[in-house]
Amino acid sequence: MSDTTVLPTTSLRWFARLKSTALALVVPGALLLLWHVATTRNWTRLIPSPAETAEYMRDFAFGGIYDDAFSATLHIHLLASMGRVYGGFLLAALFALPIGMLIGRIPLARATLDPFFQLMRPIPVTAWLPLSMILFGLGAKSAFSLVFLGSFYPILLNTIFGVKNVDPKLFEAASMLGCRGNAQFFRVVLPAALPSIFTGLRLGLGLAWFVIVVGEMTGVPQGLGAVIMDGRTLSRTELVICGMIVIGVVGYISDRLVMMLGNYLLRWSPTHHG
Amino acid sequence: MAETNQPLPIIDIRDVSKSFTFGDQKIQALSGANLQICKGEFICLIGASGCGKSTLLRIMAGFEQPTSGEALMWGKPIDEPGPSRGMVFQDYALFPWLSVRNNIAFGPKSLGRSTAEVKDICDRFIEMVGLQKFADAYPHQLSGGMRQRVAIARVLANDAELVLMDEPFGALDAMTRERLQDELLDIWQRTKLTVVFVTHAIEEAIFLADRVVVMSPGPGRIESDNRLTLPRPRDVASPEFNEIRRELSAKLHSHHGKKAA
Repeated sequence: MSDTTVLPTTSLRWFARLKSTALALVVPGALLLLWHVATTRNWTRLIPSPAETAEYMRDFAFGGIYDDAFSATLHIHLLASMGRVYGGFLLAALFALPIGMLIGRIPLARATLDPFFQLMRPIPVTAWLPLSMILFGLGAKSAFSLVFLGSFYPILLNTIFGVKNVDPKLFEAASMLGCRGNAQFFRVVLPAALPSIFTGLRLGLGLAWFVIVVGEMTGVPQGLGAVIMDGRTLSRTELVICGMIVIGVVGYISDRLVMMLGNYLLRWSPTHHG
Repeated sequence: MAETNQPLPIIDIRDVSKSFTFGDQKIQALSGANLQICKGEFICLIGASGCGKSTLLRIMAGFEQPTSGEALMWGKPIDEPGPSRGMVFQDYALFPWLSVRNNIAFGPKSLGRSTAEVKDICDRFIEMVGLQKFADAYPHQLSGGMRQRVAIARVLANDAELVLMDEPFGALDAMTRERLQDELLDIWQRTKLTVVFVTHAIEEAIFLADRVVVMSPGPGRIESDNRLTLPRPRDVASPEFNEIRRELSAKLHSHHGKKAA
């Protein structure tokens, strides 16, 4: 029943943030240490040490150390992958959002479309790989289509869930206030469904990064997935690890940005803060 | 209940029955209800759960249609919900994504009022319910009492003639409830609204109402219609108040003997 929350002082807040950052670094730090020890003590010779990997990473990003085919090409691969990830994701959102709204709100649409999508959904993206290579050929289009498939379902399912599960009281409240019929879609259904839709978009974008490696196994010359696949065929483990790290970091930053946007747009929702 | 030379009632419930079917089971929620409400009256509907008081309220709101009989407002059938009949729900039903101000603005905006008008209306009703400091807060940041104030302001801002309240203070703590009862009476006296207030608390009904309509379950029906002439402000500790409480309590519990639940 308290009407005001006591704001912590600035120093307290800094301490809390510092503490959570420190705690978040414990596990990665320990793994890094283990990696370092394992490679420098020669427990394994199959993977490079963290220091070597860091050097390769610098060369991959800026060149000037080894000057091979992959030196200073990070931005090219990163941009190629980002283009496919965001392009495929946006295209998926473009289809999944309206289809989800139709299925969630219109019984006829649900009866005709829902069974079809339920049937298609269990098929993993990797299983689509050969077919998409046949349909779209070897190359970027195929990667794009797989990213599309990967992020389509989470967006679709969460949109359906969101627009279907609006508190019926809110429709009554809106209609007694003079907002009836189709006007309720924009003033009640959409805002009420926004938290679910947002969850769907976030999962969809995460999955887009997830499937990009598979998508770029289809024989594209550029892209982080292509780098990882090339690294594998050339037995250049450091290249594989560099590609993995870049995907991890960029995917993380991308997710944080979406989260920040979500926290702002959904600041009204008591349950939607991450 | 003759209405020979009385003016047209704002609400006229004529022999209204309502039944619901769940699967192959038919439940008679309301049976042969008759009730006339005049403009400016404060009516409390009281009764045990299952007596049809909420059903009757929802019929007045236009959320439900009678199975038989007629529900009229100013002589015209109530066939859909509308801004002239504002509903205050027990669980508030505020729009969680809108600030206090925008919740109150929802109705006026739906009716196509200009931005300047909407702002004026909002300012006026935010002040009336004393939420100036919280105008930009979201519902989840407010206490239950404040949320219910927003819900009341929301229907008043829409120029509702009739305010329908479905156990609006049932979820609040005793102190907040008493304060909101006072505030509601104050607003009612200033605006000359017509209020239909559903409750299961006898004391609340006697404190608030001009007329207490006692309902009983199985099937839901109107048992008695009691006009209270006790002057306001009413003292819940006075002998007169207690006398009425005893009387209504007897009426409320009389049907228990007749019909085992």
